Amino acid sequence: MNVPQQPIGQAARFVGERVPRKEDRRLLTGKGTFVDDVTMPGMVHCAFVRSPIAKGRIVSIDADHARTMPGVRAIYTHSDLPHFPRVIGLYGSAEASTPIIMPLATDDVRHVGDPVAMVIADDRYCAEDAAAMVIVDYEAADAVVTLAQAATGATVHPNLSDNVVQVLTSAEDAAFDAAFASAAHVVTGTIVHQRQAHVPMETRGIIAARQGMGEMLIYAASQSPHMVAQQLEKSFEIPDVHFRVISKDVGGAFGLKVHPWREEVAVVAAALVFGQPVKWIEDRLESLTSSNQAREQECDVRMAFDADARLLGIDVNYRCNIGAYPHGSDAGGLGMMMLPGPYKVPHYRYKATGYYSNTVGQAAYRGPWMIESLARETLLEKAARQIGIDPIELRRRNLIRQDDQPFAMHSGFVIDRTTAYETMEQVVQHVDLPAFRREQATAREQGRYLGLGFAVYVEPTTMAFGGVLSSDIAQVRIDPSGKVTATISTHSQGHGTQTTMAQIVADELGVDIDAVTVLEDDSSGGGFGPGAGGSRQAVSGGGATIRATRKLADKVKVIAAHVLNANPQSITIERGRIHVAGVAEMTTTVKEIAQIAYYATERLPPDTEPGLEEKYRYRPPPIVFSNAAHACVVEVDLETGKVAILRWITCEDCGPMINPAIVEGQIAGGVVQGIGGVLYEKASYDAQGNPTAVTFKDYLIPTAHDVPEIEFLHIVTQSASEGGFKGVGEGGAIVGPPTLVNAIADALSPFGADCLTLPLSPPQVLAEIAPRD
Amino acid sequence: MSSHVIETTVNGRVVAAEVEARHTLVDFLRGTAGCTGVHIGCEHGVCGACTVIVDGVAVRSCLMLAVQADGATIATSEGLAAQDGTLHPVQQAMKDEYGLQCGFCTPGIVMTLASLMANGARPSEADLKEAISGHLCRCTGYQGMLKVARRLGAGERS
Repeated sequence: MNVPQQPIGQAARFVGERVPRKEDRRLLTGKGTFVDDVTMPGMVHCAFVRSPIAKGRIVSIDADHARTMPGVRAIYTHSDLPHFPRVIGLYGSAEASTPIIMPLATDDVRHVGDPVAMVIADDRYCAEDAAAMVIVDYEAADAVVTLAQAATGATVHPNLSDNVVQVLTSAEDAAFDAAFASAAHVVTGTIVHQRQAHVPMETRGIIAARQGMGEMLIYAASQSPHMVAQQLEKSFEIPDVHFRVISKDVGGAFGLKVHPWREEVAVVAAALVFGQPVKWIEDRLESLTSSNQAREQECDVRMAFDADARLLGIDVNYRCNIGAYPHGSDAGGLGMMMLPGPYKVPHYRYKATGYYSNTVGQAAYRGPWMIESLARETLLEKAARQIGIDPIELRRRNLIRQDDQPFAMHSGFVIDRTTAYETMEQVVQHVDLPAFRREQATAREQGRYLGLGFAVYVEPTTMAFGGVLSSDIAQVRIDPSGKVTATISTHSQGHGTQTTMAQIVADELGVDIDAVTVLEDDSSGGGFGPGAGGSRQAVSGGGATIRATRKLADKVKVIAAHVLNANPQSITIERGRIHVAGVAEMTTTVKEIAQIAYYATERLPPDTEPGLEEKYRYRPPPIVFSNAAHACVVEVDLETGKVAILRWITCEDCGPMINPAIVEGQIAGGVVQGIGGVLYEKASYDAQGNPTAVTFKDYLIPTAHDVPEIEFLHIVTQSASEGGFKGVGEGGAIVGPPTLVNAIADALSPFGADCLTLPLSPPQVLAEIAPRD
Repeated sequence: MSSHVIETTVNGRVVAAEVEARHTLVDFLRGTAGCTGVHIGCEHGVCGACTVIVDGVAVRSCLMLAVQADGATIATSEGLAAQDGTLHPVQQAMKDEYGLQCGFCTPGIVMTLASLMANGARPSEADLKEAISGHLCRCTGYQGMLKVARRLGAGERS
């Protein structure tokens, strides 16, 4: 472990370094271009009329008065949108029972916030005025809100026979029951994860503007302009309209902006009818009531151990509430596949059921399958307490080691080149476990409750095993000016890919990073790629960028060798200058070679295509496993139930780091979102299905006061991908939550608290320590 | 709806316009003054993305009406760096410490910290951290910003 990082390219000056971000100057000086910053001649604004009830039939819509209000240009309902575009989710299971999803409600509404009509007006003020005056008569019905109600209550979608999305089960294992029967210890628990909202600081937004006859120009807050374009093509199926999508600066996404959803599709449809550019910027109330949400899961787990505390089997019954209109109709299959994690689990059985309900639909949210780590790591900790063994020792006995790899999981995923055990040992050493236990004992004597929690996990990053995540493309060119432009199918909503990809290009080509510009914001440039999602951009985009740039560097060398009458193998490029080995006076520049390539083609070697532009579409390995171990220390105030986080230590293995500062930023961001999920955030509903956390005063995300300064450790092992990279974007949000839960449970262990119901808000913490009947 | 003619000075430039009484300052700054670096994050005064400096005081421009700013001198993140492009110390510290990712909340945070450091004031690290805690960021986990507070805080800068 800790193998020295392999430099990529001929002279790694940038990859591996904490290079300052190229994005920062414009963002710090107010010069970013977010979707709401774009205006166009004739642009009109949209506000939606939304359902105030969770379930009901639309009896009538009266927009007569609203249409006469100042500034109002048009009001559209479902029947006014000519193409009836369907809204198509990306990640649904083909076997799942799936509703038909239209942009606006057709005959009935299925959650509070369901868009019923849209007002087009001169400005947003006028649009909201008129939206409030559209009179919709509903025949209300009883909503199914909770998981329990969804399982037995009235159907959400009239075209489906019940609310079951799908039921997934593991393969038959004839020896399963015998394994549990033989167990020395069986540990059980039910993990309840509340519903969360993604809460990007920039809400959703879109502008649709028809250009001439054939082009529909879209500005969108997205995770990939290419993905938006492809999804709109599928939704509209209009042969003579080409969708061009521009997505410049995007203020966070976390899975929410992976593709256009109902409102965005409605805006595009409205622009087709209205003929002038239409803008919709979601406000925060809409965001917290109508943007798709995440989690809301219950997971019954049984774990069987032998007398030596070795795992014999895990048995899981999982249920999730995916709302009315989810981005993907499934029952959490990936979570079930990943639940055994980095452990040797001889027998594994699961049943997973997804349910529709009259709540906002779900969407992938940073580590969508994280219930696997939360359920497994919290139950392991409970097992350690029940068996009477140190939780680290319990993990040592069960973790997959180097000798076990490649290791085939029950799912068929093969864990390879991972270091779960090694990262855990590093964290344990860094924490100084014996010292902490002494401090904890002393504190308890003083009535202070400190706790230390650990969690370990592996993560299937990149996920290029098929579908839209299969590949990425990089096109790299050197212009006659000598400037280098890389058009890549990556996309940043804060990821900093304009920096990391430029680091790769600069190293592979031998130029300064200032000479490299990365473009990833326009679907009309470059080629299809899924952008951010699945922790894959370093692996897939990085791999494509390495290979495309190498091809380009090779071409520069061939031309330079011809011009300088040297052997291409003897050519090196450093800082934009070209040298011939052993002949110091023979030198030229990348710029001069570029000018020859475009302007003096007679000087090129025979049969050489003019110009300096190369591309490579890279298909990474199907799954690239990364891994990490985290630890944190908390103090719980028994009087108020407040949890203070005193320390947080991470050790991950994401392969060679292109930019360690950006890697640590990704980990920290994920961890703190995980802290929010464990302590504060709850997208709650009342019994009628009304959302009750609709402002930032009710939906609490962590602030600077709620976070510790995270201590970062790194282990570097190469993956099988080009560059050896592994994904790192989601991990903190997966392994962070069980780490924190375990620390709180450790602090409250004198009270026999399980802490398996999230969020562990002050009232919940007080309930955990309340005397039991 | 009543209309009002207001005149403000935004980043040293006079901006006069007729505004409706209900127009917020943030909409005026973005739409009329062209300062699109002032971001709308929540429109209820919690997230802090729209923070600008009005007559020397950091305010949430979503909670202030444009008419209330008549005669005011306003600074936004667009006007913070020097003419030659040299970043304000707060901007430079945020860059050096990787204090931002998506950059949406960033201009508001920069303006809050800049207001505390105006006219040579030397707030403590704790004061700066307290101020940062009034802003919501969903990307960074505040790690870089905590370092910015330490770096700019009084007693750490000599």
